[in-house]
Amino acid sequence: MSDAALRRPGALRRMLDSDLWWSFSHSPVTVASAIVALVCIGGAVLAPWIAPHNPFDLASLQLMDAFKPPAWEADGDPSYLLGTDDQGRDVLSAIMYGARVSLLVGFCAVLLSVTIGITAGLAAGYLGGTVDAVLMRIADIKLTFPTILIALLIDGVVRAALPREVHDQIALYVVIFAIGISNWPSFARTVRGSTLVERNKEYVQAARVIGISRARIMVSHVLPNVLGPVLVIATLNLGFAVLAEATLSFLGVGVPPTQPSLGTLIRIGNDFLFSGEWWITIFPGIALILLVLSVNLLGDWLRDALNPKLR
Amino acid sequence: MTVPLLEVRNLRVEFPTRRGTLVALDDVSFSIAPGEVLGVVGESGAGKSMTGAAIIGLLEPPGRIAGGQILLNGRRIDNLPYAELRRIRGREIGAIFQDPLTTLNPLYTVGRQLVETMTTHLPLNPAQARAKAIEWLELVGIPAASQRIDSYPHEFSGGMRQRVVIALALCAEPKLIVADEPTTALDVSIQAQVIALLKSLAREKGTSMMLVTHDMGVIAETADRVAVMYAGRIVEIGAVRRVVQHAAHPYSSGLMGSIPPVGRRLDRLQQIDGAMPRLSAIPRGCPYNPRCPQVFDRCRVERPELMPAEGNLAACWLYDGAPQHA
Amino acid sequence: MRDVAIQGVSPTFGSTGAGPMLETHDVARHFDVSRPLVQRLMAGEGRRLLRAVDGVSFAIARGTTLSLVGESGCGKSTVARLVVGLYPPSRGGVTFDGQDLAQARREAAQRRRMQMIFQDPYASLNPRWRVADIIAEPIRAFGLAQTRAQIEARVAELLTQVGLSPLDGQKFPHEFSGGQRQRISIARALSSNPEFLVCDEPTSALDVSVQAQILNLMKDLQARLGLTYLFISHNLAVVRQVSDRVGVMYLGRLVELAPAETLFETPRHPYTKALMEAIPDLEMTGRQRIPVGGEVPSPIDPPSGCPFHPRCPLANDRCKAERPEMIPARGTPQTLVACHAVEEGRDAA
Repeated sequence: MSDAALRRPGALRRMLDSDLWWSFSHSPVTVASAIVALVCIGGAVLAPWIAPHNPFDLASLQLMDAFKPPAWEADGDPSYLLGTDDQGRDVLSAIMYGARVSLLVGFCAVLLSVTIGITAGLAAGYLGGTVDAVLMRIADIKLTFPTILIALLIDGVVRAALPREVHDQIALYVVIFAIGISNWPSFARTVRGSTLVERNKEYVQAARVIGISRARIMVSHVLPNVLGPVLVIATLNLGFAVLAEATLSFLGVGVPPTQPSLGTLIRIGNDFLFSGEWWITIFPGIALILLVLSVNLLGDWLRDALNPKLR
Repeated sequence: MTVPLLEVRNLRVEFPTRRGTLVALDDVSFSIAPGEVLGVVGESGAGKSMTGAAIIGLLEPPGRIAGGQILLNGRRIDNLPYAELRRIRGREIGAIFQDPLTTLNPLYTVGRQLVETMTTHLPLNPAQARAKAIEWLELVGIPAASQRIDSYPHEFSGGMRQRVVIALALCAEPKLIVADEPTTALDVSIQAQVIALLKSLAREKGTSMMLVTHDMGVIAETADRVAVMYAGRIVEIGAVRRVVQHAAHPYSSGLMGSIPPVGRRLDRLQQIDGAMPRLSAIPRGCPYNPRCPQVFDRCRVERPELMPAEGNLAACWLYDGAPQHA
Repeated sequence: MRDVAIQGVSPTFGSTGAGPMLETHDVARHFDVSRPLVQRLMAGEGRRLLRAVDGVSFAIARGTTLSLVGESGCGKSTVARLVVGLYPPSRGGVTFDGQDLAQARREAAQRRRMQMIFQDPYASLNPRWRVADIIAEPIRAFGLAQTRAQIEARVAELLTQVGLSPLDGQKFPHEFSGGQRQRISIARALSSNPEFLVCDEPTSALDVSVQAQILNLMKDLQARLGLTYLFISHNLAVVRQVSDRVGVMYLGRLVELAPAETLFETPRHPYTKALMEAIPDLEMTGRQRIPVGGEVPSPIDPPSGCPFHPRCPLANDRCKAERPEMIPARGTPQTLVACHAVEEGRDAA
C-alpha cells in the first residue's frame, strides 16, 4: 500500500479510510447508538410524512378511539400501534411529532450555546487580560445558577410581561433561549482552554509576523483548531438540552400544549398512569430515554475517538 | 571470546494496526560484553529506542516481540512473566530515560525512592540503604547529599535530576544499564557533565551499558562499539572509532558526513536526500536503496545481512564477497 | 574607559556602507511572572520580573548572517521575537533598515520585508490548512498577486524553490516529514519576498541528515536572494557553518560578539570557551574535556555583577560586584567581550 496510491481519493473513500470511521465501525455500542439516534431523529424529522396519524388534525380524531391500549394488548387496535390517549390521539404519532419539537428545541438551544460559547471563549483566550477576566467571571456566575432555575425565571418574567396569546406564540423561543443561555459557559471554557494552547503555537506567531489582524487569526487560524472538543460537548449537550426541555415541559413551563413535546406527553400521560393507561406516558418516556442515551453514547465515543491520548 | 552479558538474536517487534502489521524492528542481532558500552545511533523512527524498550520489557502496547530472543547471562528474558521481568529490571538491568521526570515519582523524596530500590533488590536494611543512598548521591555529584536526600524531585534542577536518575539506575548495582537519550533534554554544558559521570561510573563499577542516542558526538566519546540503525534494522555495527572514521555502510557514512564539524566551516554540508521511509512503506530489498548513492540492482530486490566490511559488520551488498570494494 | 565602552557597543559596528539591515540598541524584554495579586498580597511578596533579555545591542549587515548562541533560558529566542515585533521591547529600541521597528511594523510594505522561520515543524504549520493556502497566506495578506492563477503559479514556484513538488500544495501538513515541513515553513517565509529572515532554531528539531539538507537550502537561498539572516541556535557546530558574525548570550545578555572565524579560533569569554569545551569530540583526538561546572542560574534572580561569575574559573571580587560592558577585547579588537578578566588581561593562558 503506497502513499501515492492513496494520494487523492474521493471524499467518500477518504471518510471510509479515516481513523474516525474505523473506531466507529469497530465499536458495536456506538454503531447501535447511531442506529437508534438515526431512527429517533429520522422519525421526528419525517413525522408529517411517515407518521400513521396526524395527532393535531382535529377532524380525524375519534373520541371513540380514546384510551386504546397498544396493538398487542387484548383490546388493541392494529392501526394504533402504541395505543391512544384520552382524546383518541395515536401515541406513536404523538411521540414522533413530540420528538420533533424536542429535537428542534435541543438543536436550537445547543446552537445558541455554541455560538455564545465559541465567541466568548475565543475572545477570552486570545485577547486575555481584562476581556478574559470579565468573560470568565460572567461564566462563573452563570454556572452558580441551575439551568432549571434560570429557565423558570425567564419563563416567569416573560409570562408576567406579555399577554397570554403572545406568550404561547413565543413560548418555544423562550425555552430555546432559556436552555441555550444556560449552557454556554461549558463551551466558553473549553474553547478558551484550547485557544490558550493554540495562540502560543508557532503557526499563530507566523501569522502575526505577517501582520494578520487579531480577528482574522482568531477566526481562520485558531477557530478550526478548537472545534474538535466543541463538537464533542455539543453532542453531549444535545442530550442534555432535550432533557432540560422535557423537564421544563413536564413542569408545565415549557412549550405550549398546542405543540406537545416529549416532556409534555409524559406529563399528560402521567395523569393516567395510576388509572391503568400506562402506555400514554411510558412510551414517550422510553422514546426520550432512547434518544438522549444514544446521543450521549455517540458523544462519549466522539470524545474518545478525538482524544489523541486514548488512541 | 567471553560469554556476552546481553545477547539479542534476530529480534523482531511488530505493531499490529488496522492497516496491517508494522514491523518496527526486523532481525536485530547484537551482543554486549561485560563492562562494554554499546552505542546505538539512528534518526528518529529508526527503532533505536524500541530496541532498548524491548530489552527492558517496556514496549508500549500494542507493540510486541514477534520473534527472536533476548538473553541476559545466557538466560532468555523476552518470554518471562511480568513479575519476574520486573525483578530483573530493577536488579540486573537499570534504565535511564530522556526525561528524568518520567522515572522519578514526584510524590516521594529521592531518598525514599533510592532506599526502596535498594531494599527491594539488595540485602540491606532501611538504615543501611539510607547511608548507601547518601553515598550514591555524593557519587553522582549532588552537593550536600545528606540534606538533599529528603528533597522531592521538583526541588532539583534538570541536570541534578538526571544525576538522581543515574543514581537510581545504578544503586541496585545492575550488570546492564539501558540509557535512552540520557542527555538530550539537558543543556550543552550540562550534557558534558552527565556524560562524563555516566562514563566514569560505568567504568568504575564494571557495568555494561547500552547507550541509545541520536547524538553521534555522545557515542564517539562514550561507547566502545556502535550500532547504526535504519528503518528498524542494524545496518552497521563495529568499533566506534572504525565506524566514526571509516563507516562502511553508505548510510552510516552519509550520517557521519552530515554532522556539521565545529572545527571548520564547510561551504556545503554533505546531505542525504530524502527521508527515512515510514514503517508502513519500507522498500523491498535494502531499506536504504532509494536514498543510496551507490545503489545497484541487487539492492532493490534482495535484503542484505550483516557481513564483514572494512573491519566492521555492514548490511550492504557492496561488501558481498568482494573485498576489492574495501 | 567608560567612553571606550560606549563606543564599543555602538550598534553600527561592522556595518556596510548602506547601513545595517537591523540594529538593536540596548534592547530588553522583561516578563511579569508575579503570582496573582491576591496571592501576592497574602504572601507579602512584590512583583517578580523575569529579565529574559536585559540589554542587548548588535547590528546585522545586509546579506550577512548573525547568529546568537546560548543555552536554554539565555534569551536568544526572545531576541528573535523582539526583532520581528512579536514582543514590544521593555527598554531600548530596534531599528529595521534605519527605521524604528514599531513604525516599520505598521507599514505593510516594510512588514513584508521581514519573515520568520520557527523551531517546531509540527507546530509552525496550521494543521487544518492545505499547504498551498499556508504558503499563499503572506501573498494574499500583502496583495502580492492578484488572480488565483497568479497565486497558484507563485506557490508552485516557491514549492519548487525549496525542493518540493508543486503537487504537494494540495496536501495537509501531517502528510509530510519534519524536514519537509520545515521546507514548507521556508517557502511560506519566502513568499512575501523578504530581505530579512529570523530563523529560530530552524534545525534543532530535525534529524542530523535532514538538518544538513535544510542548512544547505538556507545557504543556497541566501546566496541566490541576498537574504539577511538572524540565526538562533544552541548548536555551535551548526552556527559555525552558517554565520558571518556570532553573538554568545548568557542570562539575557551578550557576553561575546565577534566575526565567526575569530570567535571559533580565539574565543575570549570564559563562557564561550566553556561552551566549546562542552562539544563532544567527533574527530576522536582523545582530547580530555573539562566540562564547566554548575548550572545556568534563574533569570528571575540573576547573580550580581557578571552573571557568569558563579561558574567562572577566573571570577574575582570585581566580577561579583560590577557588571562588565561589551568592549573590544585586547589582542582581538574585532571581538566585543563583556569580561573583566579579559579587560584586565587575566585570561592569558
